[in-house]
Amino acid sequence: MKTKSYMARIMAAPHILWAILFIAAPMLFVLYYSFTDASGAFSTENLRLLLDAKYLTIFLRSMAFALVATVICLLVAYPLAYAISRATPRAQKVYMMLIMLPMWMNFLIRTYSIMAILEDNGFLNTILNSLGIPSVHIINTSAAVIFGMIYNYLPYMVLPIYTVLSRLDVRLLEASADLGCTPAQTFTRVVMPLSRSGVVSGVTMVFVPSVSTFYISQKLGGAKYDLIGDSIERQFQSAYNYNLGAAMSLVLMVIILISMAIMNRYSDGEGGLVA
Amino acid sequence: MFFVMNSQFYCGFNRYKRMCINSKKMEKNEKLIELRGITKEFDGTPVLTDLNLYILDKEFVTLLGPSGCGKTTTLRLIGGFETPDKGDVFFEGKRITDLPPYKRPVNTVFQKYALFPHLNVYENVAFALRLGKVAEKEIARRVKEMLKIVNLEGFERRNVEKLSGGQQQRVAIARALVNQPRVLLLDEPLGALDLKLRKDMQVELKKIQQRMGITFVYVTHDQEEALSMSDTVVVMDNGVIQQIGTPEDIYNEPKNAFVADFIGESNILDGIMHADKLVEFSGHTLECVDGGFEKDEPVDVVIRPEDVDIVPLGSVPIHGVVNTVTFKGVHYEIIVDVQGFKWMVQTTDYAAPGTEVGLRILPDEIHIMKKSKYSDLYGDYSTYFDEMDKSGAEATGDEN
Ligand SMILES: Nc1ncnc2c1ncn2[C@@H]1O[C@H](COP(=O)(O)OP(=O)(O)OP(=O)(O)O)[C@@H](O)[C@H]1O
Ligand SMILES: [Mg+2]
Repeated sequence: MKTKSYMARIMAAPHILWAILFIAAPMLFVLYYSFTDASGAFSTENLRLLLDAKYLTIFLRSMAFALVATVICLLVAYPLAYAISRATPRAQKVYMMLIMLPMWMNFLIRTYSIMAILEDNGFLNTILNSLGIPSVHIINTSAAVIFGMIYNYLPYMVLPIYTVLSRLDVRLLEASADLGCTPAQTFTRVVMPLSRSGVVSGVTMVFVPSVSTFYISQKLGGAKYDLIGDSIERQFQSAYNYNLGAAMSLVLMVIILISMAIMNRYSDGEGGLVA
Repeated sequence: MFFVMNSQFYCGFNRYKRMCINSKKMEKNEKLIELRGITKEFDGTPVLTDLNLYILDKEFVTLLGPSGCGKTTTLRLIGGFETPDKGDVFFEGKRITDLPPYKRPVNTVFQKYALFPHLNVYENVAFALRLGKVAEKEIARRVKEMLKIVNLEGFERRNVEKLSGGQQQRVAIARALVNQPRVLLLDEPLGALDLKLRKDMQVELKKIQQRMGITFVYVTHDQEEALSMSDTVVVMDNGVIQQIGTPEDIYNEPKNAFVADFIGESNILDGIMHADKLVEFSGHTLECVDGGFEKDEPVDVVIRPEDVDIVPLGSVPIHGVVNTVTFKGVHYEIIVDVQGFKWMVQTTDYAAPGTEVGLRILPDEIHIMKKSKYSDLYGDYSTYFDEMDKSGAEATGDEN
């Protein structure tokens, strides 16, 4: 017994060291900078500053955009994942690869290509015009920013939902039909409840990066829609106010923690990718 | 056989109806379900070939056959989970071949339970009731009643995935029965139970079937279960029905060597019908009760081990040397070598290994069958002990 736990501790040592170096240490730095001023003295000034309407707006906007992007991702991803999970095993592999393909591309290049698509005389409008439909103005609107988020994070929603749906036992669907459920009833009474953990994972995996994203809004929103991620970047990159930047990160972490706690209440603790 | 006897009491009426239908005295609308000319292939391999079968209202029909012979597939055709390549399925005379499962008045107890893991025992059983507009109080009453029948009172709030295999199976039975379907399809519903619980549940299921007046189509590969529970047994092999009949018919009048071998133990010998009621086998010509064969037609002769008596040498023509004796509780199982052919004899008399004995077989204990493609596959008991080892290994290896 004793030697075993001793061994286990030795085995865990590298991992613990890693965790201290790259997880705990940065967090401590964030905490330190959040509660000090430029001279290094203790201060709550940074956090108080964030209560300013300017920053509150940024936080609320980030959360609202992330929420809308997450909901749309869910609405798109669920039927998609369901359809894929019902295809033949070969087709499933191909579809999933197509969905993952954009993730192999660099984030910046992806965002630039979305710009090229959404521009006033870009790819999308060229197609619309050739179909006789008048141009739409999307670039530099909030819709473009949200579209960018959806485009970037959709695979993270599809993947966990597909994973639970593909593992769903067909016999349960047969049993449900056998007991009198129409296909629609089978969907709401069996498929949906059994895929909840995948949905919870997907929502978490899309909401978290969306709420903290930067760059997307700068490029697709024409710098009109400041988001938390962009503000933080600015504090570190151009304003050199590490203390304010750290305070923003701290608040962002709290927001993420709270939203994850809420999501986990809906998870049944099995299946999905995020425990 | 003793376990066949009790079925005599309760299946008299359906048996009478079947007789009438066969003699075309009764109209065909007595048939609740009918499978007509069903052929089904999977990936080019025929699984069912020209299957014809009807099931009467309130009848207990058992599909019996070795693993992979197409029992589950037949059940799935009735349940609506498979469509035949050829042929049709009828319910009360109406063609339902393309009707989806949820529109069929048929419920299934699946071979692997298929309980809903997101629902507890109570909600699993209540599942079908919640689809209709059944009041909560009525749901509670009926679920409680069903759980009582399957002996799972007090399990309402349990997680179905944490139940034992036997308990899960009983939840599956309760779930399928709660809505009082016209027909219940059961795919080896007692497979996961230990012997004692299995016997209890056999009696319980039979009672439920009679009390609720539900037609049961029951799949098993346990021949004793089939004989003791059913009104009608359907013996299948390799996607083809070998025989349909009452348990007594199947046991006493097997149609071919496969049925004789699959149902109980049998000595199957090559014989020649010299005339009506006169058959030659083991080098002797004996009197029997069957007829209707060509003169000198080769036949299979079936003699059940319990029908053979060990008598003193010289009193009867057939005789041999005792090879082995095994005590089985009620009787001895004695392997007797008659000119190289090993007979199995079940008797309460003891005979020491090595002694020479006579084998007495009365005329009505000799059953004559036409030759079939199974004729040479089943013979004597010379490899009996190997076979026992093999079937022992199968029984543990074949869980599905
Ligand atoms: N969906 C399917 N695809 C391909 N082959 C199948 C399918 N379902 C059944 N089969 C094949 O059909 C044959 C009959 O299967 P079936 O399940 O009806 O047998 P069974 O009599 O129920 O056997 P068991 O006693 O082992 O349950 C088997 O050879 C099986 O491999
Ligand atoms: Mg089966």
